[in-house]
Amino acid sequence: MSVAGQAAGRTAIAPAAATARRGGLSGMEIRRQRAAWLFLAPMLVVLALVAGWPLLRTVYYAFTDATLFDLDYHGFVGLLNFRFLATDPDWWRAVWNTLLFTIVSLALETALGLIIALTLDARLRGRGPLRAAMLIPWAIPTVVSAQMWGWMLHDQYGVINAVLLSLGIIATPWAWVADPSLALWSVVAVDVWKTTPFMALLILAALQLVPGAVYEAAKIDGLGPVGTFFRITLPLIRPGLMVAVLFRALDALRVFDLMYVLTGNSPSTASMSVYARQQLVDFQDVGMGSAAATFLVLIVAACAALIITAGRVRFDSAGS
Amino acid sequence: MPRGLRRMLGSIGLYLLVAVIVVYTVFPFYWAVVSSLKGGQALFGTELLPRDPDLRNYVALFRDQPFGRNILNSVFVAGSVVAVSLALAAGAAYALGRVRFRGRAPILMVILGVSMFPQVAVLSGMFELIRWLGLYNNLLGLTLSYLIFTLPFTVWVLTTFMRELPKELEEAAMMDGATPFVTITRVFLPLMGPALATTGLLAFIAAWNEFLFALTFTLTNEMRTVPVAIALITGSSAFELPWGRIMAASVIVTVPLILLVLVFQRRIVSGLTAGAVKG
Repeated sequence: MSVAGQAAGRTAIAPAAATARRGGLSGMEIRRQRAAWLFLAPMLVVLALVAGWPLLRTVYYAFTDATLFDLDYHGFVGLLNFRFLATDPDWWRAVWNTLLFTIVSLALETALGLIIALTLDARLRGRGPLRAAMLIPWAIPTVVSAQMWGWMLHDQYGVINAVLLSLGIIATPWAWVADPSLALWSVVAVDVWKTTPFMALLILAALQLVPGAVYEAAKIDGLGPVGTFFRITLPLIRPGLMVAVLFRALDALRVFDLMYVLTGNSPSTASMSVYARQQLVDFQDVGMGSAAATFLVLIVAACAALIITAGRVRFDSAGS
Repeated sequence: MPRGLRRMLGSIGLYLLVAVIVVYTVFPFYWAVVSSLKGGQALFGTELLPRDPDLRNYVALFRDQPFGRNILNSVFVAGSVVAVSLALAAGAAYALGRVRFRGRAPILMVILGVSMFPQVAVLSGMFELIRWLGLYNNLLGLTLSYLIFTLPFTVWVLTTFMRELPKELEEAAMMDGATPFVTITRVFLPLMGPALATTGLLAFIAAWNEFLFALTFTLTNEMRTVPVAIALITGSSAFELPWGRIMAASVIVTVPLILLVLVFQRRIVSGLTAGAVKG
């Protein structure tokens, strides 16, 4: 609805307002716009305080040698922090870990989420309780799921080793979390467990918007189940799916809790967030921590731009 | 017969798949419950049901640690974050959802952008801000910092809901000479009840589960929230593996969430899809 249309609508019901017209807007409309800014102001002020200002300060600190011990006393060091970052193998390891984690977990979650959503979309009894069961991993705090899986994956007493040993799949207990070559995959497994049901529910919501008549038409045209999925279902749910993928990707790129709780600051799994926080808090090096965080923001922005353009994501709900 | 058989096999396969999905999603939590009820050496066995369940892990949790205090901290932080976010977001959602004005689209894009950027990106700046306000190791510091992720999300979802309310309501109120403030509080807020409940619940869960800020901005055990307490649980001696209590603590903080989810599952799904699928 355009401004003019709204004003016209207003005029029709309240002729008195028409006399107060100024520049095409009724007095009522001007009052509404003023009220709109008044109602927005507190939210905008708070958002500027807790998001805008700290972000600016973080970028500022990235160019200084500030320490956590005394933030006020610091000098300007130009690009020195970024130069250190570029030569630190632990940082590049963290970048690689984060990207690998994001790509693998996102691929698995999307694929499994699709399978689960298609299963739930089939007409079957007890779908309500099933959907509730799927919300459980989503509702469990990440820290708790990391601890639960840490216990299940425990090298000596974990139930997973016990089961695999008794089935004869492995001969000796595996150190799922302690072994540097396995640890990142364990982290991925926990994330897949926690997030797949959430993906499935989002995909299910998109699936249920597909009208049944479309499937009937496909059936009449002799399209098999596989053909129906790739030629009908997938293109129709693509917009919803892409938004879900975008939000999941951004979530995965900032992962912190899982790695920190499962493996501490171990470089074999450390994500960019873990690295940045370690520099900032454990090493008290605000400059380096801020530089790493700034770099992370740039990577996240680049990935978001990539997914939005490649996936032709549209935010049509509140945005337009 | 072959066709009937095939259909039967098909539905058996479907229900088998469903069973696998349910076991996969629920088993880890079940295992946490079972482990939390095993005391002493039984913890290190793999029975699916504890032979003689006891509550010593739960008792130890509250006896040796300020876990009760940690729960209250979490309730306070999550509750206050929800109250502040909803109050700020309801007004903003009216402006963004019902009024057309210049600058509306850029503001929505900024809000979306804030919801996307990583928490660690503001960590140093937030640390400085919280210290400057004298809120380090203080629960109010967490309330303030959590607004960075609850506010964009609540504004976005409430704006979506607000847009879908019929415009005749507002016009009728205006004809009666109601100011925008009265229109919001008397006309829209009552209608927004379910939407506020849903977004409030989602914001509560997000704040209840938050870890990074809580870990960084608090120092003493008494000020910890539940996730930090669970991440840092230790045994009563250096030789005791604290898994029993970790599982007990996990069960305690997860059960209320699961109950909330079971009660409000329909609302949660609709809130999540309003926030994510539709954008």
